[in-house]
Amino acid sequence: MAAIPVHEWTLLDAARAVREREVSSRELTRALLERIDRMNPRINAYITILPEQAMREAAARDEELAAGGARGPLHGVPVALKDIFCTKGIRTTCGSRILHDFDPPYDATVTGKIREAGAVLLGKQNMDEFAMGSSTETSWFGPARNPWATDRIPGGSSGGTAAAVAAGTCFAGVGTDTGGSIRQPASLCGVVGVKPTYGRVSRYGMIAFASSLDQGGPIARTVPDAAAVLGVIAGHDRRDSTSVDVPVPDYLAATGRSVKGMRVGLPREYFAGGLDASVRTAVEKALGALVSLGAEGVEISLPHTEYALSTYYIIGPAEASSNLARYDGVRYGYRTEGAKGLIEMMSRTRGEGFGAEVKRRIMIGTYALSAGYYEAYYGKAQKVRTLLRRDFQEAFAGVDVILTPTAPTPAFRIGEKVDDPLTMYLSDIYTIPCNLAGIPGISVPCGMSPDGLPIGAQLLGRHFDEEAILAAAAAIEREIPLPRVAPEEG
Amino acid sequence: MGFEAVIGLEVHAQLATESKIFCACSTGFGAPPNENTCPVCTGMPGVLPVLNRKAVEFAIRTAVATSCRVQSRSVFARKNYFYPDLPKAYQISQYELPLAVSGHIDIERNGTTRRIGITRIHLEEDAGKLVHAGAFAGAQTSLADLNRCSVPLMEIVSEPDIRTPEEGGAYLRRLRDILVYLEVCDGNMEEGSFRCDANVSVRPRGQKEFGTKAELKNMNSFRNVEKALEHEIRRQIELIEDGGAVVQETRLWDADAGVTVPMRGKEEAHDYRYFPDPDLLPLHIDEAWVEELRKTIPELPGEKIARLASRYGIPRYDAELLSSSRLLADFFEASAAAFGGNPKVTANECIQWKEAIVAGRLSPETIAHVVEDRETGTISATASKTLVEAAIGTGKPVRQIRDEKGLTQISDAGALEAIADKVIAGNPKEVESYRAGKTGLLSFFVGQIMKETRGKANPRMVQEVLKAKLG
Repeated sequence: MAAIPVHEWTLLDAARAVREREVSSRELTRALLERIDRMNPRINAYITILPEQAMREAAARDEELAAGGARGPLHGVPVALKDIFCTKGIRTTCGSRILHDFDPPYDATVTGKIREAGAVLLGKQNMDEFAMGSSTETSWFGPARNPWATDRIPGGSSGGTAAAVAAGTCFAGVGTDTGGSIRQPASLCGVVGVKPTYGRVSRYGMIAFASSLDQGGPIARTVPDAAAVLGVIAGHDRRDSTSVDVPVPDYLAATGRSVKGMRVGLPREYFAGGLDASVRTAVEKALGALVSLGAEGVEISLPHTEYALSTYYIIGPAEASSNLARYDGVRYGYRTEGAKGLIEMMSRTRGEGFGAEVKRRIMIGTYALSAGYYEAYYGKAQKVRTLLRRDFQEAFAGVDVILTPTAPTPAFRIGEKVDDPLTMYLSDIYTIPCNLAGIPGISVPCGMSPDGLPIGAQLLGRHFDEEAILAAAAAIEREIPLPRVAPEEG
Repeated sequence: MGFEAVIGLEVHAQLATESKIFCACSTGFGAPPNENTCPVCTGMPGVLPVLNRKAVEFAIRTAVATSCRVQSRSVFARKNYFYPDLPKAYQISQYELPLAVSGHIDIERNGTTRRIGITRIHLEEDAGKLVHAGAFAGAQTSLADLNRCSVPLMEIVSEPDIRTPEEGGAYLRRLRDILVYLEVCDGNMEEGSFRCDANVSVRPRGQKEFGTKAELKNMNSFRNVEKALEHEIRRQIELIEDGGAVVQETRLWDADAGVTVPMRGKEEAHDYRYFPDPDLLPLHIDEAWVEELRKTIPELPGEKIARLASRYGIPRYDAELLSSSRLLADFFEASAAAFGGNPKVTANECIQWKEAIVAGRLSPETIAHVVEDRETGTISATASKTLVEAAIGTGKPVRQIRDEKGLTQISDAGALEAIADKVIAGNPKEVESYRAGKTGLLSFFVGQIMKETRGKANPRMVQEVLKAKLG
């Protein structure tokens, strides 16, 4: 393994090497902190880097191991979190000015589980403000960049996490996905991203954007790495009433499963206009890989797909308008200076503390919930959501997984779509239905564009059947070998 | 033209759970500001509510006790508005689908029963409290105490079935008594654990349609509710009789001035943008749970009053007074069981000593012994009061105190006759005047006997003995 630089190791190799004491957690952590120092100025993937704290944690993990005890499967392995997961005593900004100095007095459940598993926390990763965006350009801390081409966006909202993983600055990260925010950046950065079933991973301490859609999940360089992290963060949590008490299976084992006989649905609505030719070719190649292993492609229809985007842009903003109302400058976070009176203080704090995209969604959502409009917008959107869910239920009666492109195009240029929200919103057209239906989805690399930009395939599964999509994604990964760490001079 | 009022009452009862409705913080009253808080009830980023099962249980028991139908599925919604005492900027409440609907409470007035409908019962969380530094008007800073944030409240909304302020008062008192009987609320209106708003309108007698209503707030006692209703009804009638019209608005009761004053008009009403809270699943309550809780419902005030009156033959008014507290009624029954004399006397004693009884400073035996001793003539009414007071003060058995203090009265006819003979022999002049018709002198002889016995003679028997001897 000495031939391969540490930052290119898989998470599972790193975990094994630490456990078998071939390498210390301190050595790994130091190597990755150096990698962050070199890469982060180019990609701006981290909002907060924790060098001293990470080295202290690594030393503690090494001592524990010397004393004979590994905490868990990630013992001594350096990872990072999207800056949406609360970390006790460590600034958690959600990419927003309004929380630029917020130190949570508690850990998110995901944070706690990562720590209990023995991982070392390298830092907090850049993201679109309040996870609202598809490019990580709406961050108060500046845009993150795609390590494959630094003039391009890494996708979003978990763009910092995907870029950081692709740049080899951490072995894995945990992001969140409300309408594609894990899968789309994973696709654009050539890494693996899993959006678990709604209720699979606790939302406690994960700063809310749209509560009925938000779900945390791993971003890693390989499917087995992602499966290992998913196994750590999944599970029922008393503190999240929407988390579901379903046993956590052995996800890692699922990645070794055969796909022979698997029925792979191909929804015709996902292969229609607007799909980039190179993406189509790559996804067809992914299907070819599965078929070559004995799976069967089946054309299906998800007839309400065309309504998903507009449904999402009612429900997401409606919930966000309420979730983000607490940022009023009264108890924590940014507060404007010199306001006269309460109303002025709250209005100016929010006016100055939120960026344009967040304000746009708060206004859309407030409007959609207003008296007299509620039924026409929110009520209607909920009904369409039921229809979308039914589409998938019916489809899964005949197929085991559904294969689609993750994003319509490879990474676009920074600034290209930031002033055109509607075009930007279309980046998530293939990922959004999965959140509305609450089913699990994964993006796995399946090819490169002629410009050398990564392309991902998306697999969707039945509720709580992450195992099927992990098995299919792992098969594609084995059949289509692709570089997972971006070249230094992207 | 005669008018009648149409009144509906909305009660907010603070549930007597130990922890808050969506987190584990204490609901204890009187803690230092912001002591009973955590990230959840202070609305920190990323936190989530978890419903307190006990609060649901309390609401179900209330629903059962008021003959409401518990809905198998109810939904928590967010009521959105900005205010510094509301850290999430929304209150979690139940809106379209409340926990229970369609119940009623019967109230008895002047021998007739009136049934007041209950529209709905739902659960919600309380907000915090603001303390304004300096004078309210022009205060430069306000301080927020979030201890009360997320304390469980139950809202009970009546149908517009109430026609008079007195009926309103009777409904409220009965509702309060039911909640206290169920031990789901302490019923303290002054401390705000039982709050009431009223919707009031008037209409010409015989008209079916409702008039325009005003909502009244800020009434912090039963008496104030009645007074505010009286005032508001009069105000609306006078307005209409003067050719004006009632406007739909919210009005505040000013207890000091005895008037209601406008607070905000219909056009200033908030748009709360209610929507189902995506952080909480719909609340499913199965029939088995309701039935299990139905078994925990004690005898309720209405039934208790009727039973005490008929079983013990005491006046209904006494039964009502005794039933104002479940503990007092139980105490009365225990006292009556310990001594089977005249229950009316026992009832009087219980009513007289209510405060000490409810405070747990008297035992049913004390009252039973005192009542028995009075019926046998062993002690006087005056001694009885002294004895009970001493029992409250010392906690000693009342008969021990009686004997220690020598408060037994002489009820031995022979002994009293001997003393009477002595007094009669010693006061021949008075005997003569008495026999000549100055019967008012009887009290003189009674006094003499009391003097001889140092007040221990049984006064009733002394009179009888004297009357017989003086002829």
